[in-house]
Amino acid sequence: MNLTLRVWRQPRRGSEGAFKTYEVKDVSPDASFFEMLDQLNERLNDQGEEPVAFDSDCREGICGTCGVMINGSPHGPQSGTATCQLHMRKFNDGDTITVEPWRALAFPVLKDLIVDRSPFDEIIQAGGYISANIGAAQDANATLVPKPAAESSMDAAACIGCAACVAACPNSAANLFTAAKIAHLGLLPQGQPERYLRTVAMVETMESYFGSCTNFGECETACPKSISIDVIAWMNRDYVAAQWKNLRKQGQQA
Amino acid sequence: MTMNTEGNGTMLDPKVPEGPIQDKWTKRKFDVKLVNPANRRKYDLIVVGTGLAGAGAAAALGELGYNVKAFTYNDSSRRAHSIAAQGGINAAKNYPNDNDSVFRLFYDTVKGGDYRSREANVYRLAEVSNSIIDQTVAQGAPYAREYGGLLDNRSFGGAQVSRTFYARGQTGQQLLLTAYQALARQVGLGNVELFTRTEMLELVTKDGRAVGIVTRDLVTGEITSHSAHAVVLATGGYSNVYFLSTNAMNCNGTAAWRAYRKGAFFANPSFTQIHPTCIPASDEHQSKLTLMSESLRNDGRIWVPKRADDTRAPNEIPEDDRDYYLERQYPAFGNLVPRDVASRAAMRMIEQGRGVGPLKNGVYLDFTDSINRLGRQTIEDRYGNLFEMYERITDEDPYVMPMRIYPAPHYTMGGLWVDYNLETTIPGLFSSGEANFSDHGANRLGASALMQGVADGYFVLPATISGYLANWLNEPPVPTDDEAFTAAEQEVRDRLNRFLSIDGTHSVDYFHRRLGKIMIDECGMSRDRKGLEKALEQISALRAEFWKDLKVLGTDESLNQSLERAGRVADFLELAELMVRDALDREESCGGHFRLEHQTEDGEARRDDENYAFVSAWQWTGEDSPPIRHAEPLEFEYVALTQRSYK
Ligand SMILES: Cc1cc2nc3c(=O)[nH]c(=O)nc-3n(C[C@H](O)[C@H](O)[C@H](O)COP(=O)(O)OP(=O)(O)OC[C@H]3O[C@@H](n4cnc5c(N)ncnc54)[C@H](O)[C@@H]3O)c2cc1C
Ligand code: FES
Repeated sequence: MNLTLRVWRQPRRGSEGAFKTYEVKDVSPDASFFEMLDQLNERLNDQGEEPVAFDSDCREGICGTCGVMINGSPHGPQSGTATCQLHMRKFNDGDTITVEPWRALAFPVLKDLIVDRSPFDEIIQAGGYISANIGAAQDANATLVPKPAAESSMDAAACIGCAACVAACPNSAANLFTAAKIAHLGLLPQGQPERYLRTVAMVETMESYFGSCTNFGECETACPKSISIDVIAWMNRDYVAAQWKNLRKQGQQA
Repeated sequence: MTMNTEGNGTMLDPKVPEGPIQDKWTKRKFDVKLVNPANRRKYDLIVVGTGLAGAGAAAALGELGYNVKAFTYNDSSRRAHSIAAQGGINAAKNYPNDNDSVFRLFYDTVKGGDYRSREANVYRLAEVSNSIIDQTVAQGAPYAREYGGLLDNRSFGGAQVSRTFYARGQTGQQLLLTAYQALARQVGLGNVELFTRTEMLELVTKDGRAVGIVTRDLVTGEITSHSAHAVVLATGGYSNVYFLSTNAMNCNGTAAWRAYRKGAFFANPSFTQIHPTCIPASDEHQSKLTLMSESLRNDGRIWVPKRADDTRAPNEIPEDDRDYYLERQYPAFGNLVPRDVASRAAMRMIEQGRGVGPLKNGVYLDFTDSINRLGRQTIEDRYGNLFEMYERITDEDPYVMPMRIYPAPHYTMGGLWVDYNLETTIPGLFSSGEANFSDHGANRLGASALMQGVADGYFVLPATISGYLANWLNEPPVPTDDEAFTAAEQEVRDRLNRFLSIDGTHSVDYFHRRLGKIMIDECGMSRDRKGLEKALEQISALRAEFWKDLKVLGTDESLNQSLERAGRVADFLELAELMVRDALDREESCGGHFRLEHQTEDGEARRDDENYAFVSAWQWTGEDSPPIRHAEPLEFEYVALTQRSYK
């Protein structure tokens, strides 16, 4: 296949950026999208132009490192697919493809297609965990977890933290990401003791970086793991509940 | 036993506690010096790597009250390669009531490793395996459950019991997330300072002990020194020396290699694992190989056509014309033989011209029988995400067409030599997880790398490190303006400048691909003296060419991915040579190290316990002098040395 690429080039954080057009020739339809970019980069390097910087690591759709906007869609045209798993057979010979980084105020561009997603880590640091000190656990089978609860928890836990949900959202909200973690932990018996504290801490950190959710639902469509927007309803319910629950009585607040 | 040590090689002491094997770990936890809780905050510790082994260690050490700095080149600690593990994690819980025990897990792991691992370490691993499941469940890992709410288990290659815990096909993801979250909690509490997009480029030693590291900020290019009382390397494996492997693109051997050049011995570098079930390569632009979890071998049957050059579609080949060669050759284990055995069997089929697929570079893994027996839904529940991944890559539907699979480099059993305390030969430098050599001998069993990563990080290292730290109470760490640090920083800068100033004609990948080809051809699934000697020459020539003809654009003062890769590939070019030397030196076959000269009549690995029952530990002696090989003798008190048989 032969393609025309319009790629966002930006030398560093805060500097000016612009689209640049490149032709790529003889791309195998079995190549992945990143293998096509690798091919372009190899050529650019040979010609003395700096290769296009983009993030990827596992190239199996699990680490969440990758993600670019392809023709305006996060991770491109194939649903339930991270950019690294997208193959060129999903495009047609002669296509023009526009490639740009995630666009969100909370995610400054570091170079070309790479952005800084560290606010996601801060949301987790605020409470996205179960406080179980290492060494203190009881036998794993002492707490029964109903199979459906384990399954729904796993559905939410499948989030790879790629931030496509934010990139897709007209408000740059991070509700799907935050809610997926809140649901993953809140659906399990082990997650109950900190359930409401966790929700408040995570939601408030989220709000300090990201826009508000107005239920467009674009996030669910963009999510490479097809995480359901239902988790947002779950989070909202727990957040409201947390306001009136008497936390002190539950021994969860100093 | 006659020990084959070479040159000035010495015998290494692994510092294993005395006494019966089941008491050794308890004994070590008792006799190790402790640091009391109030004194722990006087210690600064560095953990490089935030995969299971590193995030686990950093979180555990933070919980204990030490000041920890943790480093990863990834943009978040949740991205480490551990995230990609699919199939599961072993533990000796014996929940299925099928005769499992700590002793059996220990026994299987020593045997699976083809008797080239240290018994005491493996026993400890089996012993703490149960705590891993307890701990990760408490932290919220959503493992698969039975309807009654109890944990579910499945079987895995190399074992006849069901001891593998799993979370769909995303076990590594769920385990890493628990470690990532435990670490995030410590970061939030201020006990751990986390440096993302930061790569360690040098280990700093002073008076023979590890005192810190030099790092590069991958966004700004800034070079910084970090000082500490002790350094832990949990930096993963080096399978990417083969260029094409199942490892994540950025996995590399630089941290371990830098430590090696500073005096840490490198153990069994040639012990690498080629995993039998990966998707075969499709063309020359391929950037990596994708694993299809070994758990698929539970329900899939492996076969090739009986006739070479059978061009019929798989569904048109009748039963009589198929060769289920694993079931035929190894009736007791069938499709569940250990990885090294399964990989070599596939290689032989392909060599006989019986490979399948357009490039004739695969064998079939067929689910038809299981789908007929269990129904499509069950298979979908068990492997849905893997089937999807397969279809995405190959455009073929494995529910109706058998999968095509082929072996690919996957895991490195070799790594930094560590004693029972996980301390390297440099005092104060520890290593955990895949980066060390410790527990898997010459072949790792499925679902036991995650086990080792968590065991090392959560349970072993936090218990043993105090023994070293207690010696340095009230001694401040070496200041970063000490000459040891400034000199190391200068070396790092010079090296980066050198990459940028070669101004040759070829990219880093160009050299990496060529190195990978040499390694897979000559130091991959099978090796022989002639090929290895040729490889030594080729690698050395390629290295010379690299330093003359490399082309890295851009600067070192900003994000520069080519520059990052240049450093990693430069180190691979040296590590590859050590792997080949080690493969040459070991005149026997064992596990993943298969020397064509040493095989039984039916083509199985033939060990030489008389002369090679030891760990090779290599010492760097300088750019232009050959390394020295030391040896740690291996004694087998509890598992009798036998020819491994899976028939
Ligand atoms: C596809 C796949 C599937 C697998 N499936 C299974 C399975 O089902 N069961 C099982 O038990 N095992 C499995 N394994 C093996 C297992 O995943 C790994 O061996 C294990 O996760 C390694 O963990 P680790 O913590 O030692 O290293 P890693 O997870 O590789 O982490 C290394 C860390 O070190 C950091 N790092 C490295 N060098 C530097 C440096 N110079 N500076 C800064 N940071 C650095 C990285 O950023 C990363 O954080 C699988 C492996 C693969 C490839
Ligand atoms: S590179 Fe890991 S998800 Fe795409």
